[in-house]
Amino acid sequence: MNLEFTPEEQAFREEVRSFIAENYPKHLADFGMREDMSREDFLAWHKILGRKGWSVPAWPVEYGGTGWTPTQRYIWSEENARASTVMPLPFGVSMVGPVIYTFGNAEQKARHLPGIVSGEVWWCQGYSEPGAGSDLASLKTTAVRDGDHYVINGQKTWTTLAQHADWGFFLCRTDPTAKAQEGISFILVDMKSPGVEVKPIKLLDGGYEVNETWLTDVRVPVENLVGQENKGWTYAKFLLAHERSGIAGVARSKRGIEKLREIAANETLEGAPLIKDFDFAKKVSQLEIDLAALEITELRTLAGEQAGKGPGPESSILKIKGTEIQQRLTELTLEAVGTYSAPYMGGVSNDNSNEHPVGPDYAAHAAATYFNMRKTSIYGGSNEIQRNIITKMILGL
Amino acid sequence: MDFNFTEEQGMVRDGLSRLVREQYDWETRRKAIASGAGWRPEVWAQLAELGILGMPFSEADGGFGGGAVDAMVIMEEFGKGLVIEPFVPTVVCAGGFLKHGGTAAQKEEHIGGIVSGERVFAFAYAEPKGRYDYADLETTAKKDGSAYVLNGHKAVVFGAPWASHLIVTARTGGERRDRSGVSVFVVAKDTAGITTRDYVTVDGRRASEVYFENVSIPAEALIGAEGEGLALIELVTDEAIAATCAEACGAMKVAHAMTVEYSRQRKQFGVPIGSFQVLQHRMVDMYTAYETAVSLTYLATLRLGSDEVERKKAVSAAKVGVGQAARLIGQEAVQIHGGNGVTDEYAIGHYFKRLTIFDSEFGNVDHHLKRHVALS
Repeated sequence: MNLEFTPEEQAFREEVRSFIAENYPKHLADFGMREDMSREDFLAWHKILGRKGWSVPAWPVEYGGTGWTPTQRYIWSEENARASTVMPLPFGVSMVGPVIYTFGNAEQKARHLPGIVSGEVWWCQGYSEPGAGSDLASLKTTAVRDGDHYVINGQKTWTTLAQHADWGFFLCRTDPTAKAQEGISFILVDMKSPGVEVKPIKLLDGGYEVNETWLTDVRVPVENLVGQENKGWTYAKFLLAHERSGIAGVARSKRGIEKLREIAANETLEGAPLIKDFDFAKKVSQLEIDLAALEITELRTLAGEQAGKGPGPESSILKIKGTEIQQRLTELTLEAVGTYSAPYMGGVSNDNSNEHPVGPDYAAHAAATYFNMRKTSIYGGSNEIQRNIITKMILGL
Repeated sequence: MDFNFTEEQGMVRDGLSRLVREQYDWETRRKAIASGAGWRPEVWAQLAELGILGMPFSEADGGFGGGAVDAMVIMEEFGKGLVIEPFVPTVVCAGGFLKHGGTAAQKEEHIGGIVSGERVFAFAYAEPKGRYDYADLETTAKKDGSAYVLNGHKAVVFGAPWASHLIVTARTGGERRDRSGVSVFVVAKDTAGITTRDYVTVDGRRASEVYFENVSIPAEALIGAEGEGLALIELVTDEAIAATCAEACGAMKVAHAMTVEYSRQRKQFGVPIGSFQVLQHRMVDMYTAYETAVSLTYLATLRLGSDEVERKKAVSAAKVGVGQAARLIGQEAVQIHGGNGVTDEYAIGHYFKRLTIFDSEFGNVDHHLKRHVALS
């Protein structure tokens, strides 16, 4: 056993670090991810990486992947987190892309994969419904065959950033008589089709990042069915396991802890920096310890992947611990900013809205981020569902 | 020992409960928060009419002779409806300073206006670098003949956009963070040299950054003895903490009830999610946290008149226990509501936001644990 990176891996780190330094758009530097960004800003880095051939590192080389080892991919995500880059969104790159190259036909691969690689095409995910959240298989949206089309009717919800989407991948019921999981199909829908309506949902941090998506008599050519009819649940599960493995966010949380330490060094308690306060410092260290445990756990999973094992039910551990750490980070940031956690920067003010935030810059989004990050233990299969998966698949209960 | 409320307190609670239920519905509250004013002066006038704003003042001062328990009853009802009107800054804080430290002339000048609802106050004590230490002041009040000249910047002054008057803490002597040398003043907000930057807070209230630039105020503006204001500030903020804890208890009660109800209505896997034992036990933990928070709030409220050490320990205990319960209940309520819990549309998220900001008011959990340690 050995935790050190090889000289080749070190050299790789230098290479990607300088590539990021030289090519990452300056106006997005240290910006992080913000749901109110323009479509162009969301896609800026993706497009640069697309031209470099680095936008879909985990994909097979024949479809645009880099052929990097899992360790190299890990270094890549670490370096991006270090620079707080706006990474390519997961909907195309980590969700529908792998489903298409694994289960799609040659025509679908040729039609859809290049747009994901280049960052030209924006995808959204049509899974959850108002009545089908944790119990996703109870979904009611129907796709009825009519000649060489499906006619889709139903309502999806929590469709993240669908306001920008060109295409969506939807789970629809194609066999209403089958058992819950067995009558579902995985269908690609052009979001410009007549009958698709996207309505924003305002979240409690004031932002608009998710939507309701209504589908009314939407006609979709049958060639947009991925894989076999009524086998969609298999592809959906495959996709969710992929979604989970990226969800740990170790590298981002590492950067988050650095930022938390910077904030706590700026804040004062009885005339001294807050980070010198034992009670507070202890909490930051505890978080760092939890993150170290998660990081090695993720590396062990990656090593398993390198040895040819796909992401299995242990990725649920990564989701649970990863999101708990992300939430704890926002909690401690809120504690650190103290009094200035209260002003709402998206709100009414007697100043110009573009004026400097009330209080220090780092306090401006602390509360909003804390509120927003509550979603992480709910989405991607709630942490309760992840525990159910471990109970069933690992403990065998 | 007696944990019963008096008949009068019961009537106050019922009256307020009706007011909140009938006039503080969700849509009306939402509109008020989004409006230019950001609150409802007509609700304030009604509270005056009901005698709520005069409750904690003695009859001699023009009030109704109520005490800390009455304030607790009132605040719990406000918490249930997430009432945003500035009862704590005006009645509990400004009222407290006047009651405990005001001269006969100051009481005469201000209490009538508070009771009638015409005079609204905000309490300007927090500073950008002071964290939760009331003595860590950069704001100064320098003697200039018989007057004082105020200079400084007060942070996140809740209710200030609606206020006609401010209670301001400033250093009249000693070094930054010294216990002595802290003084308290009452000033009209329209005094020359005071400017504000007003904004909405994340929990739907309003606050201001308040700037004092060579603000000249008369000697009569001083509340209590010059340089000896800290003990008075600690007493009044302890009363404000007890009141705010009661508000949080009201909010937690509703958040818990909403969550239990949601778990009955929301079906997944063919059954109400409330039938899952893993969620049942978590809602039990929320309930236990709520009940113990109520107990600590009673303790703090009933100890406000005790000697200083006992009072401070009980108040810090409440701020710690209620703070921990508020975080647990807020987070779990959102989690059990699933995606709906993080939307603006569902009320639960707004309870969560109010319960979040509670921790940063008058010292957070860590601050009060430290104070408790120091007194033990």
